[in-house]
Amino acid sequence: MPVVGKPGAKIDGLEKITGSAKFTDDFTLPGMLHGAFLRSPHAHATILSIDTSAAEATPGVHAVMLGVDLPKKYGVIPVAQDETALAIEKVRYVGEPIACVAAIDRATALTAARKIVVEYEQLEPILSIEDALDKSKPLIHEPSNPLRRKRASNCLRRVFQRYGDSKAGFEDADIVLEEDYDYPGSTHVPLETQTALAHYEGGKLTLWSSTQIPHYLHRILSKVLGMRTQDVRVIKPHVGAGYGGKSDPFCNEFCSAKLAQMTGRPVKIIMDREEVFYAHRGRHRTKMRLKMGIKRDGTITACDFKAWAEGGAYASYGVVTAYYFGVFLPLPYKLDHWQFESMRLYTNHPPCGPKRGHGAIQPRFALEMHLDKLARAIDMDPAELRRMNAVEPNTETSNGLRITSVALEECLDKVMEASGWKEKLGKLPPNRGIGLAASAYMCGALHPIYQTEMPHSAVQILADRSGRVAIYAGTADIGQGSNNMLAAFVADRLGIETTDCIVMEADTAFTPVDLGSYSSRVTFFAGNAAVNGAEKLREMIIAAAAAKLDCSPASLELDGGEVFHTKDAEKRLTFPQALVLAEEKFGTLSVVGHYKPPKIGNRFKRQSVGPSPAYSFTAQVAEVEVDPETGFVTIERIWCAHDCGKAINPTIVEGQIEGSVYMGVGEAMLEEHVFQKGALHRNPSLLEYKIPTVHDTPDIVSIIVESNDKEGPMGAKEAGEGPQLATVPAIANAIHDACGVWLNEAPFTPDKVLKALERKARADRKAAK
Amino acid sequence: MGQHKVQGRHSKTDPMPSELILSLNVNGDARRVLADANRSLLDLLRDDLGLTGSKHGCDVGDCGACTVLVDGEPRLSCITLAADADGCAVTTIEGIADAGRPHPVQTAFDDQVAAQCGYCTPGFVVALKQLFDENPAASDGEIRDVLGSNICRCTGYTKILAAAFQARDQLNGGDTSQGDE
Repeated sequence: MPVVGKPGAKIDGLEKITGSAKFTDDFTLPGMLHGAFLRSPHAHATILSIDTSAAEATPGVHAVMLGVDLPKKYGVIPVAQDETALAIEKVRYVGEPIACVAAIDRATALTAARKIVVEYEQLEPILSIEDALDKSKPLIHEPSNPLRRKRASNCLRRVFQRYGDSKAGFEDADIVLEEDYDYPGSTHVPLETQTALAHYEGGKLTLWSSTQIPHYLHRILSKVLGMRTQDVRVIKPHVGAGYGGKSDPFCNEFCSAKLAQMTGRPVKIIMDREEVFYAHRGRHRTKMRLKMGIKRDGTITACDFKAWAEGGAYASYGVVTAYYFGVFLPLPYKLDHWQFESMRLYTNHPPCGPKRGHGAIQPRFALEMHLDKLARAIDMDPAELRRMNAVEPNTETSNGLRITSVALEECLDKVMEASGWKEKLGKLPPNRGIGLAASAYMCGALHPIYQTEMPHSAVQILADRSGRVAIYAGTADIGQGSNNMLAAFVADRLGIETTDCIVMEADTAFTPVDLGSYSSRVTFFAGNAAVNGAEKLREMIIAAAAAKLDCSPASLELDGGEVFHTKDAEKRLTFPQALVLAEEKFGTLSVVGHYKPPKIGNRFKRQSVGPSPAYSFTAQVAEVEVDPETGFVTIERIWCAHDCGKAINPTIVEGQIEGSVYMGVGEAMLEEHVFQKGALHRNPSLLEYKIPTVHDTPDIVSIIVESNDKEGPMGAKEAGEGPQLATVPAIANAIHDACGVWLNEAPFTPDKVLKALERKARADRKAAK
Repeated sequence: MGQHKVQGRHSKTDPMPSELILSLNVNGDARRVLADANRSLLDLLRDDLGLTGSKHGCDVGDCGACTVLVDGEPRLSCITLAADADGCAVTTIEGIADAGRPHPVQTAFDDQVAAQCGYCTPGFVVALKQLFDENPAASDGEIRDVLGSNICRCTGYTKILAAAFQARDQLNGGDTSQGDE
């Protein structure tokens, strides 16, 4: 029985269900101190002085640290290093950490932190996209080079790219439509808040952290602390999910490390729920303008897209966001003539960063709604419009993306059939509607954040006479199931069960480097590394067994915990017996598999952000009911068909689809990061920042489509982010089908629905006159 | 607190004891713990008794990750004073399995991969276990009502519902599905 493709329990499932799984906060070290932060009450202010004397004099306090104790600037993206562990000289958002206290317990640390006296001189805060574009406003970041002062602005990055001839394309069009869209900021809300525990001894640092990218944290910690990388060890225990929100290094990681150095005691620092809203790194609020041209036959002729993203006070991954806005705009469609301009702006709000579907969610929202409007204008089924413009397998897009496997048509077919699309579109009773959207997403970035010829992922496999197979990988399982993925590939190739494998992951001292859980890269990259390693071990086992059984290696198969001759039932060995032979023949068994994405040339030099070795595809249908009295939208059901290449474990893939759709439902209906006038966060708690409970979540029907990508590990592609992209526009399109209004601004709250219905009623009355 | 002895370490001039010696039965074990009067049950369980299965998610009773049973009733241990559990029987996620044999709710969560990151899972398992203790044939709606007290950010609740239905089937020795609600 092949293991790959088998549904059901994952290898680390039970420990999560019995409560024995250890998350960072579950570790306690002898003599451990606890840290707490003092955070800024101002959005934009110069720090004139900081008096820590009262805090230091508080009984139980062991150390107080300030920004000057770790002055080195950092940033995950090498060209955007604008952040320090704690604010120095200036604060740039409400909630920015200024000081950190280590004390015998958290209550003492918090009390002492409140005794720190800071004198500020307030500056005019930049709180909107308009303010950020206004050159007369103060700068949030002074350029490090004073000569650049003249050209400096509050724009972190502007990207402009043009492909083909959009002017000619628009002239070719029968219909041109231009509209504005507004997508809200939202945040990840992982149930586990950011937590770090540092231990410093003999000049070496060990940091346990709830990170989703141990490798980048390792590099940046070393840099900021001024330590050799070989003296820093980062361990990621179980992580209470990330969704992108734990991709940046955070103040609690730097400060626990520094305070452990200062005090000689282990230091744990957790963020409380409110602090996580300030740490943020969530979805950029984005204003967009989209112009598209279409022929009556449904051919999209041209597209012009502009996006302004409100990025908050620091860069985080914002440079990448600005590129993603455009790079993923046309996918999953063919589009020859188009251009985009995007700006990622600084504002005095908590920093935005990567959230599930990073940089692709906002343009997808605009473009998929736009397509529905165009489909109606030419009287075409929106599903057919998408089908006829769908990108084809083994082609290259106009912006140079190499497209390999594509099963978008099959996704459309499946989702239309399951939802009864043809029978329902335009035919449902009043106030009930159905909507569709499609999308594509990357399976890992071809180019990591630092240039390297080294593997992007490696997996070491050890096996010995006990029958044990141990998998060492630098991957970060944050709940998506990457440990099970690695075990499934290895077990499949060795003919054993996943439960015969043990996975040791994400310990930078022991596991080979993997770049981390971001850009939906882990299955494709680490999966390929695991298959590569397992094949090497399989060959060794087969060679040793063939010698013993006196047969050709090609006649042997590995399955069911045995090595056996495919035609001679007498010739068989148990897996541990075969390992003994292999150990005798080759010595201690250890193999390393690795993966480096292929060098795919791109005609466009500027295309270093976005290209991936493969892309996943999704089609999604939402059915909704709108209450015209209250404006309340009920999502009845969402059908999501996702081309994941190959489902390694269908149950886990379904879970990824369901979770993605769920997060889309939250962004469509409830979630919005909003601020009061003084830039104070309006809803920094789970009571006020509404995320869907079981009562707010529709039935989700997940449909797995397998395109078997020829470069994916045993055919697999991603499933963890792509399925979210089409959710929000599918719901928007369904709302229009239900009640005839377009909501170009999410979330689709009752007030917006009612206002739109009133506008429509007025327009209808006017038209009737 | 009736027959349970509470020994406050307080003087007569300080009517509110700052520390208490609490007697609890936790997962079948009798425990005596010295605790600050304002200590939460969650901190007591995690930090004093080393039972780290119950989680901090919000610390204000919004998320359900800290759900435990106090005398068989579900309680949000982050907003329950440890002192209020004095003399009570407390069951945490660590006490749900029977001598290492997983409860049907746990088996179902494993089978259905209802735990992704697993951080909210202990709260869900404890809440469902309590529901089925009280009503093994709970309706789909009753199950949803209980799950509505807990937040999961990974699964979209689909697999959690599937696990709850599977557990109900197992506890009732057959298929109890109610089809579409």
